[in-house]
Amino acid sequence: MKVSEVINAKDLPVIDFDGIIIGGGGAGLRASLQLAESGLNTAVISKVFPTRSHTVSAQGGITCAIQSDDPDDDWRWHMFDTVKGSDYIGDQEAIEYMCSEGPKAVFELEHMGLPFSRTEKGKIYQRPFGGQSKDYGKGGQATRTCAAADRTGHSLLHTLYQANLKAGTNFLNEWFAIDMVLNEDGAVVGVVAFEIESGEIFYIRSKATVLATGGAGRIYASTTNALINSGDGIGMALRAGLPVQDIEMWQFHPTGIHGAGTLVTEGCRGEGGYLLNKDGERFMERYAPNTKDLAGRDVVARSMAQEILEGRGCGPNADHIFLRLDHLGPEVVHKRLPGITELSKTFAGVDPAVQPIPVVPTCHYMMGGVPTNLNGQVITVKQGKDTIIEGLYAAGEVACVSVHGGNRLGGNSLLDLVVFGRSAGIHIEESLKQGVDLKKASFDDVDKALERLNRLNSSTKGEQVPILKERMQQNMQNNFGVFRREDLMLKGIGELNDSREEVENIYLQDKSATFNTARIEALEMQNLFEVAEATAITANERKESRGAHARDDYPDRDDDGWLKHSIYFSKTKEVSKRDVNFRPNTVQAFQPEVRTY
Amino acid sequence: MSAVIPVAHLQTLRMSIYRFDPSVDEKPYMQDIDIEVPTDKDIMVLDALHLAKAKEPSLSYRRSCREGVCGSDGMNINGKNGLACITPLSEAVKRNKLTLRPMPGLPVVRDLIVDMKMFYDQLEKVQPYLITKSDNPDKERIQSPEEREQLDGLYECILCGCCSTACPSFWWNPDKFLGPAALLQSWRFIADSRDEATEERLDDLEDAFSLYRCHGIMNCVSVCPKGLNPTQAISNIRNKLINRKRN
Repeated sequence: MKVSEVINAKDLPVIDFDGIIIGGGGAGLRASLQLAESGLNTAVISKVFPTRSHTVSAQGGITCAIQSDDPDDDWRWHMFDTVKGSDYIGDQEAIEYMCSEGPKAVFELEHMGLPFSRTEKGKIYQRPFGGQSKDYGKGGQATRTCAAADRTGHSLLHTLYQANLKAGTNFLNEWFAIDMVLNEDGAVVGVVAFEIESGEIFYIRSKATVLATGGAGRIYASTTNALINSGDGIGMALRAGLPVQDIEMWQFHPTGIHGAGTLVTEGCRGEGGYLLNKDGERFMERYAPNTKDLAGRDVVARSMAQEILEGRGCGPNADHIFLRLDHLGPEVVHKRLPGITELSKTFAGVDPAVQPIPVVPTCHYMMGGVPTNLNGQVITVKQGKDTIIEGLYAAGEVACVSVHGGNRLGGNSLLDLVVFGRSAGIHIEESLKQGVDLKKASFDDVDKALERLNRLNSSTKGEQVPILKERMQQNMQNNFGVFRREDLMLKGIGELNDSREEVENIYLQDKSATFNTARIEALEMQNLFEVAEATAITANERKESRGAHARDDYPDRDDDGWLKHSIYFSKTKEVSKRDVNFRPNTVQAFQPEVRTY
Repeated sequence: MSAVIPVAHLQTLRMSIYRFDPSVDEKPYMQDIDIEVPTDKDIMVLDALHLAKAKEPSLSYRRSCREGVCGSDGMNINGKNGLACITPLSEAVKRNKLTLRPMPGLPVVRDLIVDMKMFYDQLEKVQPYLITKSDNPDKERIQSPEEREQLDGLYECILCGCCSTACPSFWWNPDKFLGPAALLQSWRFIADSRDEATEERLDDLEDAFSLYRCHGIMNCVSVCPKGLNPTQAISNIRNKLINRKRN
């Protein structure tokens, strides 16, 4: 059965697995490793060969209190920093779990062979990162981010892929998942997917499905994200009637290379680099007197945007900021930051050991996502109550467990994906061993997952992907960027509304079956659009400024109204509130304070 | 696409691109596609491909990170293997023409996309993962900065395939000669002070083909987009094998 035909569920061949993982990045590969080692029949479905996943682009490191640099470091301090960084809407039980389980997960990676940089004593090298402190913010800057030069994500992803090869994981590489299949009880019982190369399409039936599809930074015109980051898991969840949480919270990384958008790690500032405006002023001293260039990312990104808005940007168009590293000396730059040296030369034409790098805040990370519990089980909200969706898990950037809240700290995304990829794997292993009994999907149920593919294959007219994508990306960039306000957001929401029908009825000109990237881009465009619309509507509803969500019209944090998660369903386009978890198990909860750096 | 293209300063670039869709084409052909590129700003070959695909939506190629770290878009650019996303037009274009073909030596799936199976199969043969026999310590295994430095120039490999598909020895014996990428990975683990399977790894390379088909042509070194040196890694393995025989 080919993906190019109009397909009925009853003709669709079926493949059975105990568990499937959609996405071959860090979270997916950590989950699959757990399952492969347990002997269950599991498979990773990845639209690219796993080492092409976006985890590969992570640079600076994985933050964790492993006590290598400082033997007195404490995971509780890391927890405090993360809660504060989240602007107090990170769930404290989840943050407690991540920070306390973290060392185990990091040492496991080292045992698998991750080539961490080393200290003189041969331990894992750690560098300072933004928003890190000792002694609950009272002991000055901490040095907590474990690094493999500035290629930590690359090293981590390849190591996990290698470990999966060793464990004998089944890989369905270059397969694309179209939509999940839900049975009559609303439980997830697999996915409809096709092999991109042959175009053969299947219903892949499974007792447990893990969404590990990563982020969706491509909703913006300027992003550090890979071209493949199209929010496929978010699109699938919303179409299945499941909610997303805190989806308005988008991190703008302070240092994307001007023009190209490629990332320059926060590790540059961790190693001693700093930002300059056109007057050569180290302006972060004004905005964050204590931590300066190592304040939270939201704070640094806003400060840079403010400098540019007030006419102190660099360059002929006064539209960027300089990141200075040359004072560190070529030794440090080349040894600790070889990857960004390469990127700066390629994309900005500068050698950072000699000249400053032109940078600008750039869309980087989706803090929100599909809400889950600590086991990675996906949650929906029914009549105000959390309800587990049987058979469905999510981990990594697609998930919102929530450890990042309104603003993620640098180095916490890699920790998030190994800790929660692992915990999802452990929970699936346990529940499958106990036995899972989900009702079989009917043909009607499977047909629903085929709907958008069939519509695409039958299209004879309509708009094409590049035009729709460009329009959406400019809209998001202009109306939902670093600073937000109601009139612009309403205009943006209106534009999205006008596009929806066109996006649902994209014209697919090339209907061939073999490695048809036009079909994939159309399916991805529909996923991106779901993320964009969810972001837009929720951003307008959250009438306060918190974390990365900064509103000119509501400049203050509103703890009475919005010390809450937002919950959004696409079917009703309604936003509701969900309680933030303030119940850690082993420490006292950290109460909201004024957030200064 | 990340390149911002001002409308005022454009010139036409003729791209000549290898096209083949097995469902419609009996045999491959070269198609000329003219695109408009900026004159006052360098763009990458990948950006040019995006412009071509906007005109010809059926044109297929792999791409992901667009910054030279994921290894998706290896292809043959004006006769030399490289990554489209980090090869600027100023470097690639000759006589105002840009010819793009799939990486040589592997079966073509469609257009610029090759079937990488043989490449990955060879990689798997070298057991590209850390093998330890002793118990894991509670914390990390200790590795000195000097020991760790042995992995520099090895662990950075992105598995793009540019090297192996530029290697004549791999073209002739892709099933038996492991190829530069796999051998670089082999040395990456032999060189790792934490790995405890050096002897077994060397045993597996002791036949006439796996390693010894390398004739030191060094195409791998000249095309590697990450500046790595597989030939050196292969010669390090050779030396290790020779020394082992002597002892």
